[in-house]
Amino acid sequence: MVQFGGVDYFNIESLLSAEEKLVRDTVRDFVSNEVIPIIEKHYREGTFPSHLIRKMGELGLLGPTLPAKYGCAEMNNMSYGLIMQELERGDSSIRSFASVQSGLVMYPIFTFGSEAQKDHWLPKLASGEAVGCFGLTEPDFGSNPGGMKTRAEKKEGRYVLNGAKMWITNGTVADVAVVWAKLDGKVRGFLVEKGTKGFTAPEMKGKHSLRASVTSELVFQDCEIPEENILPGSSGLKSPLMCLDQARYGIAWGAMGSAMACYDAALNYAKSRVQFDKPIAAFQITQEKLVYMLTEITKGQLLVHQLGRLKDQGKQKAVQISMAKRNNVHVALEIARLARTVLGANGILDEYPVMRHMANLESVYTYEGTHDIHTLIIGADITGLPAFN
Amino acid sequence: MKLFVCVNQVPDTETKVKVGQDGKTIDRSEINLILNPYDEFAIEAALQLKDKFGGEVTYVSAGGDSHKEVIRKSLAMGGDKGIHIKTDSAGDSYSTAAILASALKDSGADIIFFGKQSIDYDDSAVGTMVAEMLGLPSASVVVKIDADEGAKKVICEREVEGGKETVELSLPCVITAQKGLNEPRYPSLKGIMAAKSKPIQEISAAPAEPLTEVIGMRKPAAKQGGRILGTDKSAVPELVRLLHEEAKVI
Ligand SMILES: Cc1cc2nc3c(=O)[nH]c(=O)nc-3n(C[C@H](O)[C@H](O)[C@H](O)COP(=O)(O)OP(=O)(O)OC[C@H]3O[C@@H](n4cnc5c(N)ncnc54)[C@H](O)[C@@H]3O)c2cc1C
Repeated sequence: MVQFGGVDYFNIESLLSAEEKLVRDTVRDFVSNEVIPIIEKHYREGTFPSHLIRKMGELGLLGPTLPAKYGCAEMNNMSYGLIMQELERGDSSIRSFASVQSGLVMYPIFTFGSEAQKDHWLPKLASGEAVGCFGLTEPDFGSNPGGMKTRAEKKEGRYVLNGAKMWITNGTVADVAVVWAKLDGKVRGFLVEKGTKGFTAPEMKGKHSLRASVTSELVFQDCEIPEENILPGSSGLKSPLMCLDQARYGIAWGAMGSAMACYDAALNYAKSRVQFDKPIAAFQITQEKLVYMLTEITKGQLLVHQLGRLKDQGKQKAVQISMAKRNNVHVALEIARLARTVLGANGILDEYPVMRHMANLESVYTYEGTHDIHTLIIGADITGLPAFN
Repeated sequence: MKLFVCVNQVPDTETKVKVGQDGKTIDRSEINLILNPYDEFAIEAALQLKDKFGGEVTYVSAGGDSHKEVIRKSLAMGGDKGIHIKTDSAGDSYSTAAILASALKDSGADIIFFGKQSIDYDDSAVGTMVAEMLGLPSASVVVKIDADEGAKKVICEREVEGGKETVELSLPCVITAQKGLNEPRYPSLKGIMAAKSKPIQEISAAPAEPLTEVIGMRKPAAKQGGRILGTDKSAVPELVRLLHEEAKVI
């Protein structure tokens, strides 16, 4: 098989530093050699390839932007984006794992945690020795997490948690859950360790999407945790939303990875599949599809590239992240669907990556703020008229 | 152990090579350059010996400024420092070997590693030429290395037509690495960051004249489509005749 050489129609490569290219190449090789050969089997069986966790840790893909003193690589945000892009070229579930671990677990511990929490958890999470999850969504509160029902109560030097979370990536396998709950009416973050009495994390079954990722419920019934397990710096709903900004940034990059994989598959297939004595790539309709895909990939790449540079200067705005997530996931899904049509019947087979990416992207479209919610966030910003509070 | 690895920069295996305007060189304008794949086995071998015996790994690359990139990538995999021998003239295997040999002659190297060949010009010559110029024993196309630091020797297994040959060399020596020698590690993110602060010394190249001159370069003729002679055994005699008379392979 030919190695994937990237999709780069506008020489965006030339905008990367030597170090950023090296990071991208390392993850690209890792995905080609270790993810792609095994991912279809995991997808089919509905299992997460947990043997990759330590390898990702060794390569430095978990919490890559955090300081070296916690065992992290201390890379810039461009590199973080490139990592996510390459991981998602393999499968959205691998990227989801890395996003959750880096943006939704390590980031809040680093940002809102005590020194003791950071020293204890960050090195383990960076190496992959420990896995984390992020519990915000509840059965009745998805797009409006502010309404959450999960409560924390202070009692004799401990916190007691009650409530339930749903749709939590890595939940069942996590050693530590970053759980958002209301304490005296205000959203705060808590660290709940696996095995704590009153805490269970049953896996949710029956997904048609992100099948190689573990998705779980988190159930708290009079779950007592030590007082020092509150994230002291967390205060209000804006704390989990800050985490989501980290993860959404990575998703905007990741979606381009899926899109590139689908475009690459469609292009190769179209050139070799002959109908009416011609490769189907010679027909104008097929060319139109391929041109659309490549154009949207190129635009999406430039969007995240500039977003990355802004983020590295600390100048990015949340609405820009919303726009990049909204656009890139949307076009990735369109590209996956078009690629599916180019492959004809073969498009539905797991011999090709296209249908898997397409099904995965349906989750990506919804999580971390649905497409509609990002529309309304940007809409509120440009009109000054919020559609919801 | 004092270990040296000579690393080269070559066009990406994915690149569609175009012959330049002069008809003698490759058009380098649109090609992506990478670390020569065989050199990765050489690097991994050196790093494993360093892990086992301690010491130091130094990378050496002769070429234009872009060669610093392959030194950086090598340093990201591990090792200690780089030497960039700056030269802009293309040269041939002989002049490249002469330049490297002159830079390495007083290095005190225990082992100098190469990839068995660079995948651009495919001469498979530089490593063994350097050994010859420095008067060192060499083993090429090596798939296994057993080093004994105390006894100052290495035992190498090398690929020969239809089998394997085991050779013993005294140190210092030159080894050229073949695929299968090991599984080269990925440059980790921490390795990439660490490489930024590892020193790369730039030196000028010793004067060396090539002994050969490229007078023409062309791409192979486009592949012809296959010919179907028949679909059952009646086609066999004609197939045999054509293989014998036309293709001259039997
Ligand atoms: C595979 C997977 C993994 C996930 N992982 C995690 C995780 O690790 N942690 C976590 O906390 N959550 C996770 N989620 C949950 C995810 O973030 C939520 O599903 C998402 O926020 C949407 O919530 P909902 O599904 O309840 O949809 P709802 O909020 O009920 O939305 C349903 C529909 O209504 C639309 N809608 C809602 N409000 C408005 C409005 N005001 N205006 C217009 N349209 C509106 C939405 O756009 C959507 O189309 C995951 C989800 C999936 C599918």
